[in-house]
Amino acid sequence: MKNEMKMEFDAISANEAFARVAVAAFVSELDPTLEEVSDIKTAVSEAVTNAIIHGYDGIEGGKVNIRCLIEQDVLHVEVMDKGNGIEDIEKAMEPLFTTKPELNRSGMGFPFMEAFMDDLEVLSVAGEGTTVIMKKKIGCIPWIEDEE
Amino acid sequence: MMENFKVIDNYLMVRMPEEIDHHKSSYISENADKFIVQEKVDHVVFDFEDTKFMDSSGIGIILGRYKKISCFGGKVFAINADNRIRHLLMISGLHKIVEIME
Ligand SMILES: Nc1ncnc2c1ncn2[C@@H]1O[C@H](COP(=O)(O)OP(=O)(O)OP(=O)(O)O)[C@@H](O)[C@H]1O
Ligand SMILES: [Mg+2]
Repeated sequence: MKNEMKMEFDAISANEAFARVAVAAFVSELDPTLEEVSDIKTAVSEAVTNAIIHGYDGIEGGKVNIRCLIEQDVLHVEVMDKGNGIEDIEKAMEPLFTTKPELNRSGMGFPFMEAFMDDLEVLSVAGEGTTVIMKKKIGCIPWIEDEE
Repeated sequence: MMENFKVIDNYLMVRMPEEIDHHKSSYISENADKFIVQEKVDHVVFDFEDTKFMDSSGIGIILGRYKKISCFGGKVFAINADNRIRHLLMISGLHKIVEIME
């Protein structure tokens, strides 16, 4: 099974909820558990919020692109912005590292993406933009289902 | 929305919304800070009864309020947090500074 979806929307905070719900709806054909749906929503919310706050500094006018691909039982999600980019990706991904503490950010976005998805890759060029690529296998936790 | 903030003795009770994300978080932080300054509350209680979604924005709300009140001996509590919210608090290490209650 293969299925692809692409979307583009304005980089404004009002679109954060819409974006994570759209991805969750797209993955519903794989019959994810409620837990998996929550994992995906949190991870997408993190990546989209980062594009808006850090990529575009919260200034309107930019666009966020999401591409989703379902291949067998794996969801691939890419979240892209053409904003500031990240100079030191390794440092940015450290837990509690944030460049915007004054905005009440906690530096837990990347750690949450890592915790809730199976794979996380960050591609970024300073001054050009950032692409976050995440993967998650759906329906592979039989030991939890066994407890029923 | 202001009914989500209530002062009982020296505690500020904050009823968290159904979805806690960046879009909603500045409203909560700003108003909580107003109460902390104007009503001189010592402690903050976050009530997650209604919350069905939270991302790192929720961690930022809690951490930011903790930093404001902890230097005066204030404490932060979380009530009615479901397993998912508890998990998010654990991953971010907030369970060390937030008292999670039933
Ligand atoms: N799309 C992006 N464009 C530019 N910089 C980014 C982007 N995403 C992340 N960053 C950088 O990486 C840092 C860490 O991101 P992360 O999501 O982990 O934490 P945060 O956004 O600062 O805080 P939180 O997500 O907890 O609110 C950010 O502070 C920012 O400097
Ligand atoms: Mg973030």
